[in-house]
Amino acid sequence: MAHVSLKGVCKSFGRTEVIKGVDIEIEDGEFVVFVGPSGCGKSTLLRMIAGLEDITAGTLEIAGKVVNDVPPKDRGIAMVFQTYAIFPHMTVRENVAFGLTINGVPKAEKAEKVAEAARILQMEHLLDRRPSELSGGQRQRVAIGRAIVRDPAVFLFDEPLSNLDAALRMDMRLEIGKLHQDLGATMVYVTHDQVEAMTLADKIVVLKDGEVMQVGSPMELYHHPANLFVAGFLGAPSMNFISVETQAVSDGRARVTNAALDPIEVSTTGRDIQTGSKAILGVRPQYLVPSATPSEGMLHGNVLLTERLGAETVVEVGLKDGTRVIAALGEDRVLEPGIEIGLGFDPAQAHLFAEA
Amino acid sequence: MAVVTGDSRGLRLAVRYLVLALVGTIFLFPLIFMVMSSFKPTAQLLSDTSSLRAFLPVGDISLDNYFAAFRRAPIGLFVFNSVFITVVTVVASLFLCSLAAFSFVYMNWKGSGLLLSIMLATLIIPFETIAIPLLLFVSRLPWIGLDGLEFGWLNTYRVQIIPWIADALTVFLFVQYFKDLPRELIEAARVEGATWWQIYRRVVMPLAGPVIATAAILKSLKMYNEQYLWPLIVVQDEAHRPIMVGLGYFFQLNVVWGEVMAYLSLITVPVLAFYLILQRAFIASIASTGVKG
Repeated sequence: MAHVSLKGVCKSFGRTEVIKGVDIEIEDGEFVVFVGPSGCGKSTLLRMIAGLEDITAGTLEIAGKVVNDVPPKDRGIAMVFQTYAIFPHMTVRENVAFGLTINGVPKAEKAEKVAEAARILQMEHLLDRRPSELSGGQRQRVAIGRAIVRDPAVFLFDEPLSNLDAALRMDMRLEIGKLHQDLGATMVYVTHDQVEAMTLADKIVVLKDGEVMQVGSPMELYHHPANLFVAGFLGAPSMNFISVETQAVSDGRARVTNAALDPIEVSTTGRDIQTGSKAILGVRPQYLVPSATPSEGMLHGNVLLTERLGAETVVEVGLKDGTRVIAALGEDRVLEPGIEIGLGFDPAQAHLFAEA
Repeated sequence: MAVVTGDSRGLRLAVRYLVLALVGTIFLFPLIFMVMSSFKPTAQLLSDTSSLRAFLPVGDISLDNYFAAFRRAPIGLFVFNSVFITVVTVVASLFLCSLAAFSFVYMNWKGSGLLLSIMLATLIIPFETIAIPLLLFVSRLPWIGLDGLEFGWLNTYRVQIIPWIADALTVFLFVQYFKDLPRELIEAARVEGATWWQIYRRVVMPLAGPVIATAAILKSLKMYNEQYLWPLIVVQDEAHRPIMVGLGYFFQLNVVWGEVMAYLSLITVPVLAFYLILQRAFIASIASTGVKG
């Protein structure tokens, strides 16, 4: 196990700066997930921790040692790649034992470690097969096995599940979660899938354009997003954003309204919101509830589209101010397109952001 | 819409095979002519050329030309020389050129791109333009052999081997192939603690079968079939002559065409055997590397 610390880490490719002064602390045994849209620099950051990319500026420490110029093999890390990166000309056994073989580990110890990894990953019966005879999930398990046998201080996962189909992805996600519980190792995991991030992480790092947007536990990020980007990125369907006018601000609360929204008071905690200014009201689709009786903060619009998913109904509503919002209703409802609808919400679940 | 019936498919297939058979026969004719002529006396060989008899084992058939060819030139020695020079050059070339390509593709050293471009540019220089400077160069090069230090490489195997080992085309073939290998394999090996040499030996080369086959075949054919000018100017003694220079023994005052054909038939055997054995690998590798010889 090891503590990983990134201080002011930057990375440039020529004149293009892709990582812009990132500070992250990863505690011993913590499962940290880097999330963000494509091109945000999350994989580059992971590869910098692995030693596969040079660090342009800043300091990277693993287990208290600065490793900026230490080669990958001496950093005490193991990495699982998106494309598995298992060697097609070797059997599963040879693949899993690769690092041990080239580092001259005695045969008996090697066999013992491979057997242990195979037991943990339930792939004893696959050991003598070649990668071409394995399914995607089995191949990924081999890649994880290769990481386990080296007993690394830090496990690095670079979008390990994105090449798998949906069902397999869920199984493997649970397995990786269990692996973390069993091994208690420090794990850094890159994904663009927010479900993986929310379910696996002790701590999520949200990145955008090479900068850290917010760091925190999944629920902290979900319930208290630091900015519009984080609010919109985490949660499915995405948070609804409605442009509003601020009528009054006092005691950390603001009264807001617009053409489709009946006035309502919401918290402004930590935001710079002024009376009379424009602001963005954010409400997650799960908190919007159709209501027949007028209430404070009701949104008025017409149903545009209904998707009935059985246990849930997703409704797209066109508000009177032209904004489109999504409501995710936790039941099967029939709502004909075109009908007028009023959507209420609990102001405690709403977020107010200053307009950019 | 036109319906493709079983009959029309059969017809198309028959036409295709007919065309292929025709083309195959055209390519085969010189070979058949060479072998058939090698069994005939010169007078009959020349008179047969005006008819299809040239391709048939008819008339005065014997092995006399073969016996005469063996009397005229040390064929066994020439074949041995060519095979030896070819094998050593090909093995050394595959090793060194793949190492160079590995370095160009994976090791990211300063100037590697420029050097690769310069090296590839040498492909357009015809050998004839550098033959004489190279001759002057090798004639003065030192060598430490069993007899100690000596100068001049003329009349040796090494003068026919070493200048041909480094080869831009072979490097290029390996570079292209290595570029197509998933980079993550190399990165995974690096993370696992493999040295560059271990990555080359344990990861990259075991996956390079198709390009090794292609490069080996192209280089072998070049070394065995096309080495004429260079050995002609650097080797004067019989002991180190390759087969193509040996052909000169049959083109002196009185050319006996039957013996020429017998000699050519004999020296073609190793090439044909080599090709037939590796035919499958050759076709597969040409298909996978997209290279035509």
